[in-house]
Amino acid sequence: MKKGLTLCCLALCINAVSGIAQDNAGLTLPAGFKANLFAENVGSARHIAITKSGVLFAKLNYPNKEGNSIVRLEDANQDGIAEKISGWGKYGGTGIYVKGNSLYASSNEAIFKYELNSKDEVVNPLSPVTIVSGLIDRRQHNSKSITFDKANNIYVNIGAYSNACQTKDRTPGSEGMKPCPILDSAGGIWKFDGSKANQTYKDGKRYATGLRNVVGLDWNTATNQLFVAQHGRDQLNTFFPNLYTDAQNAELPAETFYAINEGDNAGWPYVYYDPSQHKKMVAPEYGGDGKKEGSNEFKDPAVAFPAHMAPMGVLFYTGNQFPEKYKNGAFISFHGSWNRAPLPQEGFFVAFVPFKDGKATGEWEIFANGFAGVENGVKVTNTSKAKARPCGLAQGPDGSIYVSDDTKGSIFKISYLK
Amino acid sequence: MGNKRGNFFTITCIFIGMMLSTQMVNAQNLIKGKKIFETRCLVCHQADGGGVPNMNPPLDGSTAVNGKDIARMVKIIKNGLDERVAIDGMYYNNAMIAMPDLTAENIADVLSYIRNSWSNKAGLVSLAQVNGALVKNKSNKK
Ligand code: HEC
Repeated sequence: MKKGLTLCCLALCINAVSGIAQDNAGLTLPAGFKANLFAENVGSARHIAITKSGVLFAKLNYPNKEGNSIVRLEDANQDGIAEKISGWGKYGGTGIYVKGNSLYASSNEAIFKYELNSKDEVVNPLSPVTIVSGLIDRRQHNSKSITFDKANNIYVNIGAYSNACQTKDRTPGSEGMKPCPILDSAGGIWKFDGSKANQTYKDGKRYATGLRNVVGLDWNTATNQLFVAQHGRDQLNTFFPNLYTDAQNAELPAETFYAINEGDNAGWPYVYYDPSQHKKMVAPEYGGDGKKEGSNEFKDPAVAFPAHMAPMGVLFYTGNQFPEKYKNGAFISFHGSWNRAPLPQEGFFVAFVPFKDGKATGEWEIFANGFAGVENGVKVTNTSKAKARPCGLAQGPDGSIYVSDDTKGSIFKISYLK
Repeated sequence: MGNKRGNFFTITCIFIGMMLSTQMVNAQNLIKGKKIFETRCLVCHQADGGGVPNMNPPLDGSTAVNGKDIARMVKIIKNGLDERVAIDGMYYNNAMIAMPDLTAENIADVLSYIRNSWSNKAGLVSLAQVNGALVKNKSNKK
């Protein structure tokens, strides 16, 4: 009887706890934070951007059921939920950025500029200015994520259309090309002038190279520096089963976060970063064996995250709403892995990287978890079973942050309650 | 009671015995197919055949996988697929690599497995069908 009661209490307690979690749109957050769904089913929401008045724009990977690929969401009555929702555009893509009265959006090969009026409505939805076009899109790693410095320069990711620059991509036994010809037009960050129309490769500059695919990037305004999060290479175990076990592949290589200076080379495809040895290792396509250390000409990461979690968004927090420790630190959203299979997948959360004196401390913590919608402690085994996959990040004028999900099209708003 | 169980056992044995000749081949194929799937396909298409959104298509519930065009499936496995093609209305950005080292028998086994796993219920694929498809694909190429 007594046992029964205890069990009953326990069940109630668990219910109460999950009840609270439900209040936070299913997310688990640090004490004092709350979350709610700002919007649902907007489409495959990749990156998001917010104007000074709080209007949110989401760039969709594909046109949604209304046929729009950019969505404008406004919470006019300030209840935390968008009720004025509209959209336009036919091209899929990832990048979106608000700069003054301009809204920039990218397809998988071009960057366009729209004009906003005093109500943050787009004046020219059907006739944007083409800022850059002709960027390589060969399907793999084609997200043209964008960010800006203070001088109105655009930094755009041009991902490598390859896993490890083999002569034949993802083919066992195919050697790595040296030098890797992909790096001439992809596998790096390119810099363009944000105010000049009709630019192509020849007008831009390769700002950093050796970056396989960067979906999340942001300009750290506190230190005036570009930070990028790279998706590390896949499939060490499938191509080199005699060098890497499934369990080793699940932890190799790290997903790396870099503080970038002009001219930097992060080493893809020649090296990968081993997070347990804290070393750059020669890629097996280039003669590596899991033990041979890579050249020091390549950059070391500021933070190394567990393998394959797929960093999608980077946001330096400049608001005043969150507690002091978050100021000028970086939030990074992780889509969740697929290449840890047959081992359980990881990621599906938003991490926080503390900064001290303009430098990442090297530590990181999980900030918001539970996007995948599985019970606490249970792992996602099959990636498509994750209910939501965090992608874009943006900060609102009140200091709340927003997280988009490109699976079901949810937009979460996370605030701190004093 | 023990007797009843014994009877049941005998009946089951006879039943299994009757089916053995045909069933055993099929079960063998599916076991071999599962092995190939786990070592060569699972990484992208995932254990539940659900794929990875935007990257690798699901095989579970796929119209083409459950369909009649075996030759096309054989070609995809043998030669790979890296094109912008709609698969059940969606696009996938990763490249499916060619697997020229898989034998006709391997392909028959793995196709039989993916057509009869998860929610898929389509016919097994025989070695003769795969060989036919390989010949057909070759002559189409020329
Ligand atoms: C490197 C990842 C990868 C691996 C490994 C892989 N596939 Fe694929 N597969 C893909 C991708 C990506 C596509 C879609 C390609 C496209 O759209 O151009 C695909 C497409 C297919 C299709 C067509 C699906 C449809 O509905 O039309 C079949 C069938 C298939 N794969 C079976 C297999 C089998 C069987 C194996 C193992 C022998 C395998 N794949 C291994 C990535 C992979």
